Amino acid sequence: MQIISKDGNTAVAEIDGVRREASLMLLGEEVNVGDFVIIHAGFAISKLDEDDARETLALMREAFTPEDMA
Amino acid sequence: MNYLDEFRNREVVTGLAGRIRQLTTGRSEPMTFMEVCGTHTMAICQYGIRSLLPPRLRLISGPGCPVCVTPNGYLDHAVACCRLPDVIIATFGDMMRVPGSSTSLMEERARGADIRVVYSPLDAVALAAKHPGKRVIFLGVGFETTAPAIAGSILAAAGEGLANFFVLGAHKTIPIPMAVLAADPELRIDGFICPAHVSAIIGAEAYRFLAEEYHIPCVVTGFEPVDIMQGVEMLARQVLAGESRVEIQYSRVVKWEGNKKAREVLARVFSPCDADWRGIGIIPGSGLEINAAYAAFDAAKAIPVEVEETREHEGCLCGEILKGKVSPADCPLFGTLCTPEAPVGACMVSSEGTCAAAHKYGR
Repeated sequence: MQIISKDGNTAVAEIDGVRREASLMLLGEEVNVGDFVIIHAGFAISKLDEDDARETLALMREAFTPEDMA
Repeated sequence: MNYLDEFRNREVVTGLAGRIRQLTTGRSEPMTFMEVCGTHTMAICQYGIRSLLPPRLRLISGPGCPVCVTPNGYLDHAVACCRLPDVIIATFGDMMRVPGSSTSLMEERARGADIRVVYSPLDAVALAAKHPGKRVIFLGVGFETTAPAIAGSILAAAGEGLANFFVLGAHKTIPIPMAVLAADPELRIDGFICPAHVSAIIGAEAYRFLAEEYHIPCVVTGFEPVDIMQGVEMLARQVLAGESRVEIQYSRVVKWEGNKKAREVLARVFSPCDADWRGIGIIPGSGLEINAAYAAFDAAKAIPVEVEETREHEGCLCGEILKGKVSPADCPLFGTLCTPEAPVGACMVSSEGTCAAAHKYGR
């Protein structure tokens, strides 16, 4: 889910129009509005590494997308 | 950007399927990979992953559904608590319809017990703050992903000075049971599809002993179809090369060291203990109990109650299914006497249960 607002140790995150409040007390790293996080039972537990996600997807696209469809 | 669509890309999934087929062509021995996470169980059924794999490559489900591995005795304890005066039971929805020895929480609620489904244990803390005259008991069931959240809620209740918030805990940790299954000669597991979000907490390091001491390849894998296919391919490559290493396919979320902060919160509130797993029995060190410093929040200690004698459901094969030894279709109750509408065993109730997945999506 993507963080849309943050107030101290609590954030509101959204996916497909669904909003959830999430505690940030279990996260060691700083997160900000716009970041993607994994939320479980009302707590953010991990921040999505966007560079890593992009890299994985780029490799996949290279391997499997036919050139005429790229 | 929304990453989900891309990790569900059909071209990529079928491309990976082709590559896995090519890789395993000419191999006569079967390959068996086990997942131990309810979300993987569901995703594999939902996306028809098995139908994309060569027939000799088998995916089996292990004890990955927290509700399913919770023995009847725990549910009976929760039921006994809900019958006490001035008690509100707060629980994740999955627990409601699980049949205990003689009744379920759903039936108890129909008889008048105050049982509320919450999304987060923090909602239960809020309930306790709102109802100072009631004892709010949260049913703490789940693996390493959920346990830090429960720990966090106990710390929050302690911080607010609440004396009416309790947790009836049955938390479990997954790596030790994986070792038990890895050593089972009947199962012959060739690789583990390691959980995604559990691993976000415990880190990929937690599986190193399985690769090094049990010589089983381990790949921490995400939940989307592209993730699962890629995880399976990584496992197959290790098997073919005769290797056993831990690899992270789900690197966008899981790191080697996991989430240290969450583990610190967990360790403040919980310590390892022996735990009873449905179908497997007691596994030393595979559960979590509330530390003495927070004993006032431990419903098992703070709220004495008489619990009925535990009975198992006749004919139910949940125990064998949780070990990956039989498939749902092998159970004589599956789809006839045991359905999602009228479940006999926990695996048919939970939205992450192996039988529920097989019933909903076929296979």
